[in-house]
Amino acid sequence: MASITLDNLGKIYAGGTRAVGDVNIDIADGEFIVLVGPSGCGKSTLLRMVAGLESISEGEVRIGDRVVNEVEPADRDIAMVFQNYALYPHMSVRQNLAYGLKNRRTPKAEIDRRVNQAAEILQIGKFLDRKPKALSGGQRQRVAMGRAIVREPAAFLFDEPLSNLDAKLRVAMRLEIKELQKRLRTTSLYVTHDQLEAMTLADRLVVLNGGRVEQIGTPLEVYRRPASAFVAGFIGSPAMNLIDAGAVPFLPGSAHAGQVGIRPEDMDVTPEGPIHMQVTAVEELGAQRLVHGHTAGERMTITLPSDAALSDSLRLTPRPGALHLFDRETGMRMD
Amino acid sequence: MKRTIFRNQLLPWLLLAPQLAITFVFFLWPAAQAVRQSFLREDAFGTRTSFVGLANFEKLWGNAEYLNSLQVTAVFAISVTILSMGLSLILAVAVDRMIRSSRIYTTLLVWPYAVAPAVAGILWWFIFNPTIGIMPYVLAQVGYDWNHISSKSDAMTLVVIASAWKQISYNFLFFVAGLQAIPASLREAAAIDGAGPVRRFFDITFPLLSPTTFFLLVVNIVYAMFDTFGVIDATTEGGPAQATNIMVYKVYFDGFVGQNMGSSAAQSVVLMMLVLVLTVVQFRYVEKKVEY
Repeated sequence: MASITLDNLGKIYAGGTRAVGDVNIDIADGEFIVLVGPSGCGKSTLLRMVAGLESISEGEVRIGDRVVNEVEPADRDIAMVFQNYALYPHMSVRQNLAYGLKNRRTPKAEIDRRVNQAAEILQIGKFLDRKPKALSGGQRQRVAMGRAIVREPAAFLFDEPLSNLDAKLRVAMRLEIKELQKRLRTTSLYVTHDQLEAMTLADRLVVLNGGRVEQIGTPLEVYRRPASAFVAGFIGSPAMNLIDAGAVPFLPGSAHAGQVGIRPEDMDVTPEGPIHMQVTAVEELGAQRLVHGHTAGERMTITLPSDAALSDSLRLTPRPGALHLFDRETGMRMD
Repeated sequence: MKRTIFRNQLLPWLLLAPQLAITFVFFLWPAAQAVRQSFLREDAFGTRTSFVGLANFEKLWGNAEYLNSLQVTAVFAISVTILSMGLSLILAVAVDRMIRSSRIYTTLLVWPYAVAPAVAGILWWFIFNPTIGIMPYVLAQVGYDWNHISSKSDAMTLVVIASAWKQISYNFLFFVAGLQAIPASLREAAAIDGAGPVRRFFDITFPLLSPTTFFLLVVNIVYAMFDTFGVIDATTEGGPAQATNIMVYKVYFDGFVGQNMGSSAAQSVVLMMLVLVLTVVQFRYVEKKVEY
């Protein structure tokens, strides 16, 4: 167990390309941090720098009180779960789990105890003597988790561990990872491009864009007060409506802003609503419906209860305090 | 696989005809001739030919020179295989760790494969020539008197080096491809699991490379036993004192220099049997995957 500190961390590749810059994150002991962002935002690079698989060009990584910039991956006391699981195909599940302990000269009895314990936690006891190729995707995922658990490391690093699973299994494993982390209280750093996964798993999430941190906060903080237009558009599904302020001059504050953001669920249909929306398509989700359309040339989506009345033209009123104003030049939040 | 149905009965045979003709003229017919001849004996002037049954084969087993040739072949094939596979694996691992300029390096390493065996033989014959070669000069500096014309072990070393050198390119290409098929994340996982570079190689890389290794093992043994005629002929001609007279060279020498056609044919039939066994091994085990 340990805290992890990323201090002004940066990565510049040999050709001079900057992948990551000015990253400052303090991860408390036992905290679950999710790095989220679109592909190419540098989140995996960041994780690999913490793991020691990628060299550090600028700044420091500290695990506990120790600067680990020049420490080998094996000596950083971390365990990593890879996107493709990276299970050793020629070893049985048991050997896969035990490999890290064996390399560290853990006594045989202790290895057996930890492997059996991990197998019990993850319910993979039945598969211990099988080879990875004889397992399903979900089972392999568990073995990959098990390999991290048996080491009892200071921190878990997850590199998009669920992206190779089908949608249903992904939701189930997501919950399991969350429960497991709460139970073991191991500091965790988790990388994903899926904002829903990020929202549901994180104690705090770090939104990255173009190699820089856009915002750090709890899922609700980030959802309710996105720090920039990028975060506003990235976190939340369906995405926040980002409307050019010139198209809605009647909304408060729009005179100084570049973009006005309104979440799809933050608008009500009212007879005198200031926003006229031309409806172009409706998607039924069961519990609610997504209504797509446009207003003054800007695309817009709102969510309505599934029993709400529909028409080709709707008048909408934003709820009080639901407007997010973003600066014209920087895209940063204005209040 | 896509299947084509021919309405015309003749067309498929016509399409196959060139391949069948080549196979028949250059493989089946000579092979049949060899088998036929292995049962015959000619007199010294080639005027009479008599059927002698298995006498040619029986003679081989009692012939000290032939038994020596079997032993020489085994030593030669094993040495060539170990030397060429070992060196090419080291080179391939080095390239696999290389990020820049690995393409140029790979291209250059493939060149020796284009050199004909006889030319490779001549090349090494020059390098190791006791009178004018560079290697005997270098060896003399450290006090070793190289002479493959009189020393049996020197001669064997020479043909092994010359033969292995040519095969390194081929092995290297397969090893590089095999290494690149191993996901980098496996080695990274092992690194995090506390395995150092050497340990990673023996615990992860080498076992996962075993399908490639086994395939190359068979290919190299076949190469050393059958394709090295040119190397032997250009360097030692089987000498000194039969020290490098491998089976395939002895077939040629006994038949075309010694004019003992019956014995030569019997030896080539024995070689054919060996090819057959190696091919079966290849199909049974290699094709049936040693993979995971």
